[in-house]
Amino acid sequence: MADVSFQDVTKQFAEGTLAVKGLSLAIPDGEFMILVGPSGCGKTTALRLVAGLETATSGTITIAGRAVTHLSPRDRDIAMVFQNYALYPHMSVQRNLAFGLRQRHVPRDEVERRVAAMSAMLGLDELLRRRPAQLSGGQRQRVAMGRALVREPKAFLLDEPLSNLDAKLRVQMRAELKRIHQRLNITTIYVTHDQVEAMTLGDRLAVISGGELQQVGTPQDVYEHPANVFVAHFIGSPPMNLLRATASAGRAQAGDLSVELAHVPDGPCVLGIRPESLSLMAPDDPRPSLDFDIEVVEPLGGELLAHGFVNGRLASPDASEETPLFTGDSESRAEVTVKLDGRLRLKAGERVRLAVHAGEVYAFDAASGAALIG
Amino acid sequence: MATPTLIGADRPLDFEALPDKRPRHWPFSPWHLFLIPLSAAMLLPLVWSVITSLETSADAQRFPPVLLPSSLHFENYVHAWNSLPFGHFFLNSFLYAAATVAGNLLFCSLAAYAFARLRFFGSNLVFVLLLVTLMVPFQVVIIPTFLIVRKLGLIDSVGGLIVPNLCGVFGIFLLRQFFLSLPVQLEEAARIDGASRLAILFKIVLPLSAPVLATLAIIQFMWSWNDFLWPLIIITTPQHAPLQLGLSMFQGSHVTQWNLLMAGTVMSQIPMLAVFLFAQRWFIQSIAYTGIKQ
Repeated sequence: MADVSFQDVTKQFAEGTLAVKGLSLAIPDGEFMILVGPSGCGKTTALRLVAGLETATSGTITIAGRAVTHLSPRDRDIAMVFQNYALYPHMSVQRNLAFGLRQRHVPRDEVERRVAAMSAMLGLDELLRRRPAQLSGGQRQRVAMGRALVREPKAFLLDEPLSNLDAKLRVQMRAELKRIHQRLNITTIYVTHDQVEAMTLGDRLAVISGGELQQVGTPQDVYEHPANVFVAHFIGSPPMNLLRATASAGRAQAGDLSVELAHVPDGPCVLGIRPESLSLMAPDDPRPSLDFDIEVVEPLGGELLAHGFVNGRLASPDASEETPLFTGDSESRAEVTVKLDGRLRLKAGERVRLAVHAGEVYAFDAASGAALIG
Repeated sequence: MATPTLIGADRPLDFEALPDKRPRHWPFSPWHLFLIPLSAAMLLPLVWSVITSLETSADAQRFPPVLLPSSLHFENYVHAWNSLPFGHFFLNSFLYAAATVAGNLLFCSLAAYAFARLRFFGSNLVFVLLLVTLMVPFQVVIIPTFLIVRKLGLIDSVGGLIVPNLCGVFGIFLLRQFFLSLPVQLEEAARIDGASRLAILFKIVLPLSAPVLATLAIIQFMWSWNDFLWPLIIITTPQHAPLQLGLSMFQGSHVTQWNLLMAGTVMSQIPMLAVFLFAQRWFIQSIAYTGIKQ
């Protein structure tokens, strides 16, 4: 077990793609760290850099305080679970589990002891003689994790390990992963684009976009205090509603919504409101409110999602220097999603008045997308 | 607003005018009309040689050939076997074929894996140069090869047959293409598991390459077994001759004993047939890569 750190790590591929830009991240011993971001954001490349399957163009990667940037994978003492499992198809489960130990010349009886212990822990005892082709998806997943963990590596790397499982199995394996981590307390780096996995599994999240680290923090911290408009929109499901607004004298105006935001400087800005921060307005509710025309209602049982329009203009979450938040002529009606009590009986076509929960409106700089914190 | 109408909907459908799409039932596919004569043409030399091997010397010389001999002379096989050192021929051919098959499997695997997976300076250039040598006919390189083998002191020995054929460009190309098709994650998993490049080749890649290795083995065995030109050039002693060269000894400068030559030829093809029958299940079998979810 060991800590892992990136110090200003950059990876540029031979054909010129800049996959990871100046990544600095410290993962203490025993932490469950999630690298999360949209596909193609460089999170898998970052993981492969730790594994040694790619070599960093510049910067330093350390494992247990030792610089490993130019070491081969076998000298790094890490283990990895691949998205497609990559089990050796010509070997039995037993030999798949033992392969890594055998390659490291662990004595035979020690190999048998560790394989037996791992298969007992993961419930693989019945499957040891089978080949990967004879296993179900969940079983293969388990074998892949067993193969990685049986070596007792310094760090455990997982590349979207649950993405090939069906929804039910995914939930089950998610809980199992958490259990394994609590039991072995091994430094884990987990790559996913699924923000539910990111929120539920991680001790901390690192949100990555366009090869750059956007924010690091505990799931709750990242959810409650997003550093910028990208993180705000990416973490949370359904995503945060983003509206263009104009601030003057401590108030921000977006369509017919007017909220008091003392810390926001005068001029254009972006307001962010999570779907769960809106509710139906009571008759003499003093809170800021806005009209909402319901277009589609999605009942989820305990709660419901209502999609519709408000007066105002939508802002884009993909803020970058090339595409500022306010590009193009957006409609004067902005599409908004609201999460409401499931017992409400709302119909498409209805107009309701929504109130905004006090203190749950986020403001972002219109040019950089950075959060404006009061 | 005009109601949309289907084109032709104003006319009643004329069933008589529709073409008859019912299939005609021939007892064979039309392809057979082409394939059966072709098979017969391919088979004729084989049948002819088997028949000749069972005829008397006189019948075998006759023209037009006697395709239905009056009597069968199985003793031709005994005569053929006894009149020349067939035991030596078989042994030499077997050594030649077995050694070149083993050599090709080993050396082509190593080279092919390097070309498929290792990045080294000039790898593409070297590979293209190797491929170019495939286009050079053997006749062009006979003299340099002969000189090298003579320098090695291997003229007129089975070793001289084997050494220039231990590794072929065709084998490298065939295996490289197959290795490229294997999922790279398996090798990455093995690298992380601590396997060296050689361990990956021998423990992961080659076990998954059985079909293509069997293919290469059969092709190389057939090629070495039937090789005539190179043995003709470097072998002078009958004891060192492989089968195909040995058989030519039935062809005298004045008389050719066709029936004995054909008996010997038929015998020489039996091991080839055995190898093919033995290896064809590997030929046909394909590996299911179900450890990887595609």
